[in-house]
Amino acid sequence: MRGSVKRALWAPAVLLVASTTLAACSSSSSTSASSATSASSSASSTGSSSAAAGLKTGLKVFVIPKNLGNPYFTTADSVQSGGALAALSALGESGSETSGTAATPASQIPAIQAAITKGANALIVSATDPSALCPTLQSAMAKGITVVTYDSDAPTCRDMFINQASTAQIGTSEVDVLAKQINSSGDIAIVSAAASATNQNAWIGYMKQELKKYPNMHLVSIVYGNDDPTTATQVTQGLLQHYPNLKGIISPTTVGILAAAQVLDTSKYRGKIALTGLGTPDSMKKFVADGTVQSFELWNPANLGYLAAYAAVNLASKKITNSAGQSFTAGKLGSFTVGADSTVLLGPPFVFTKANISQFNF
Amino acid sequence: MEPDQNALPPEGLPPEKTEAQRATSPRRASGLRSALQPALRWETGLAIVAVAVVVFGVLTSSQFLTSGNFFNMGVSSGEIAIMALPMTLIIISGEIDLSVASILGMSSAMLGFLWSEHWPMLAIFVVLAVLGVVAGLFNGLLVTRVGLPSLAVTIGTLGLYRGIALIILGSNTVSNFPAPYNRIGVNPIPHTNLPYSVVIFIMLALIFGVVLHATATGRSIYAMGASPEAALFAGIRVKRVKTTLFVVSGLVCSMAGALWTFRLDTAVWNNAIGLELSVVAVVLLAGVSIFGGKGSIIGVVLAVIVFAGLQNALLLTNFNQEATGIVTGGLLLISVFVPNAAALLGRARGLAISRRPAPRSAIGAAND
Repeated sequence: MRGSVKRALWAPAVLLVASTTLAACSSSSSTSASSATSASSSASSTGSSSAAAGLKTGLKVFVIPKNLGNPYFTTADSVQSGGALAALSALGESGSETSGTAATPASQIPAIQAAITKGANALIVSATDPSALCPTLQSAMAKGITVVTYDSDAPTCRDMFINQASTAQIGTSEVDVLAKQINSSGDIAIVSAAASATNQNAWIGYMKQELKKYPNMHLVSIVYGNDDPTTATQVTQGLLQHYPNLKGIISPTTVGILAAAQVLDTSKYRGKIALTGLGTPDSMKKFVADGTVQSFELWNPANLGYLAAYAAVNLASKKITNSAGQSFTAGKLGSFTVGADSTVLLGPPFVFTKANISQFNF
Repeated sequence: MEPDQNALPPEGLPPEKTEAQRATSPRRASGLRSALQPALRWETGLAIVAVAVVVFGVLTSSQFLTSGNFFNMGVSSGEIAIMALPMTLIIISGEIDLSVASILGMSSAMLGFLWSEHWPMLAIFVVLAVLGVVAGLFNGLLVTRVGLPSLAVTIGTLGLYRGIALIILGSNTVSNFPAPYNRIGVNPIPHTNLPYSVVIFIMLALIFGVVLHATATGRSIYAMGASPEAALFAGIRVKRVKTTLFVVSGLVCSMAGALWTFRLDTAVWNNAIGLELSVVAVVLLAGVSIFGGKGSIIGVVLAVIVFAGLQNALLLTNFNQEATGIVTGGLLLISVFVPNAAALLGRARGLAISRRPAPRSAIGAAND
């Protein structure tokens, strides 16, 4: 039994040592914390101004997408695609991309914290959750770090949001694109995501409004695929059976348009029923090549990242503020003006066609 | 090494088979003491690795040893560390609980739902505690009273509890929890630099450490992990202790659910999905034998330091995040491989020295 007594004493003793070490570690480092804050404040002043553009160079800018290994964000961020990091290197800043591997706040927040710890001057973030990131982003802003969100916003917890496309433009332009394909006449239907999806319903609202311009086009049905490939396929097949005279389908969801394209990709329907909506080029390439889909929309993620980088550098250089009416130049994309709620709009949706689709890989 | 253990087949075999084989092992009685020897050595190695991780962190980033970074480190790994403690006791007892992250998710969903229904926070905490106890009790009863293998039971409840989380909250996200709670992800405990989760972990580690290493219950947990039949014949209430362990695990995971929800200010049904694997990884890295009967709380504390320190250091050094999985996964493989390699070597050496044919059951795979 001696052995077990020794064991009994040993474990709590070492635990005590371990916990005091932990405590000591934290208290001894509290002094270096103040030096860390002063380091970051001095870091913001180290950025030297380039007289021509009035923008500082050498700023530490961290691009933090929802997750890494996501082709959409790779396009938005990478140097090769002309995204955020390309813009940052052109401006002479020190840009880097970081995030977690899963698109969750628990995975993204440590990357944001690490960027703050590393003395960031600006963060460009696509929020995995509008509220979960707030405390962390607010602590960054309290340290004087510029916070720009792109793709997915965290309202009230950032200096500026770069909006990829306006709700109105997406809704109206999809109707226009479809109208062109079906000569502005015939029955049409919508394959949406979930019936409760806020963005989908807002887009559909603008579609209905835009349809008033086309008296010969009739919206006969709205079905919901719940962003599930199987459900979306079933509801599309149901549409075709119920409405044999259907001329066109709009699916403002990447899952829905893909499922609908697969259903239409048979000799029976190909070329007879037009399909458009929001899709990603990689998933739609096959259907554009074989003529099932003529054109569809999305924004260009590389331009979104590029614009976010310019906005962040302009803000961090204090060349502009985030109030409405301020304007700045974003390199090849031209001039932009800050709108209401400190939001900058990238522009009308990008239309992918046979001619340009091969340039995109996401 | 441990000749008594070599005579045992790997775990998972039904008791009827192992009982007969265990009877052939004459040194079973001294197994408890010898079982701790390699564990001690493992923890020494782990301590060296922990120091190496800290040195690596300090060398590669001037920010590694700042209080702000220590806070981040603790806050990001807090729930994993807390859930690893009851998991350690369960694995030592020869069982496993894979439903821990789902209990966390269910608790988070319940917290979000009740808060959105304007329940007072204190009442919500009571409900969460009851929920955790019931979830753990359900696991425990299925394992001990119905006699189902814990691996299968908790894979089942992993899905079940996650499903209940989805039913409770649907696809809604609840956020905007009240002020003192939703700041625990960024604000330390007043007048300190410690996150709440780290302090809770240290307190729980002390409690679990004392229970495991300094009480009769703790010794019985080792005994039932090393040999459930021997423990039963020694008069240990195996079923009762194991059920209690599952209940404690449920309670602790439910509490971790509240921490997770407040830290991220988000209650959503898929919170911490897949986290059970990180918890098991930390426990195995701690040198706790997946076959039961071996392991210590100090090992878990060291493993948490290695795990959290490494993740944080890699984040700070611009290390490709996709590759951190390779580093932590590799470390885990080494942690499982090294003790077994030593055992294999020991067996081979013993065989060579004895120069006589050993009974087949005693040498196992080493002879094939």
